[in-house]
Amino acid sequence: MEDVRKIKVKYMVEKDDFMRAGQASSNIKKILKKLGLDSQILRRVAIATYEAEMNIIIHSEGGFIELEIHPDKIRINVEDNGPGIKDIDLAMKAGYSTAPNKIRELGFGAGMGLPNIKRCCDEFNIKSSLGEYTRLELLIYNK
Amino acid sequence: MLTVEELSNKLSLEKISGLENMDNVISGVYIGDLLSWVMANIKPGNIWITIQTNINVVAVAVLGEAACIIIAEDAEIDESTIMKSNEEGIPILRSSLSAYELAIEINKVSNGSI
Ligand SMILES: Nc1ncnc2c1ncn2[C@@H]1O[C@H](COP(=O)(O)OP(=O)(O)OP(=O)(O)O)[C@@H](O)[C@H]1O
Ligand SMILES: [Mg+2]
Repeated sequence: MEDVRKIKVKYMVEKDDFMRAGQASSNIKKILKKLGLDSQILRRVAIATYEAEMNIIIHSEGGFIELEIHPDKIRINVEDNGPGIKDIDLAMKAGYSTAPNKIRELGFGAGMGLPNIKRCCDEFNIKSSLGEYTRLELLIYNK
Repeated sequence: MLTVEELSNKLSLEKISGLENMDNVISGVYIGDLLSWVMANIKPGNIWITIQTNINVVAVAVLGEAACIIIAEDAEIDESTIMKSNEEGIPILRSSLSAYELAIEINKVSNGSI
């Protein structure tokens, strides 16, 4: 019989926490690697979670990344506590970034994070409410 | 087959940190300083050449499964980066050469085989 239990793990991500940046995505990758997932899928999950994690650290007031492992798919829920995105279409454009200079000097701000996430996912959903939250719902099929 | 150790010796690279994984095997090279470009394009086993030296390079190298990071043009490396690369076991090496010159030298010592 198929094991229908799903695994769920949640990582808190703090604003401006560059010292621990990448930790949540590294942990998620380790878990999936242990489960023996295909390396192409691992790569896509790693890119998507890393970019989402950095966006929380750089652009938000803090939030979380939640991993759900289903038999046929990986679901990643990302949510932060604002400030939200005013124009989502603009934010999704490759090359668009509001990162300030001191962040750009660290190598961020190419405006490629959100487009990279979308490219890596089979289903991509972004919702945001100004002053409240930004929420990503990401699905990567495990076929 | 070329390891980070062999490459490092052949090019007289300065061995900075993450040195317990100098036997990582190299396949290919990626050059870049914009982290989300690197994240999207680096391949497992790549040497990553960059002048970016803050702590975030380590996470990108780990997630991208780089064989090592080579810091070009003797850029100064943050202490936190060195500590993190030791923790994560990602070798960081450094050279006075530019990224372009490094790429040429790597191609020479590997006979174009990586
Ligand atoms: N969680 C978020 N909260 C608020 N604004 C966000 C959030 N994520 C992204 N944005 C906005 O969308 C823009 C584009 O994001 P994207 O990740 O594509 O690029 P970036 O983070 O600026 O640069 P890069 O990801 O290439 O380092 C950001 O500059 C920012 O204005
Ligand atoms: Mg980003």
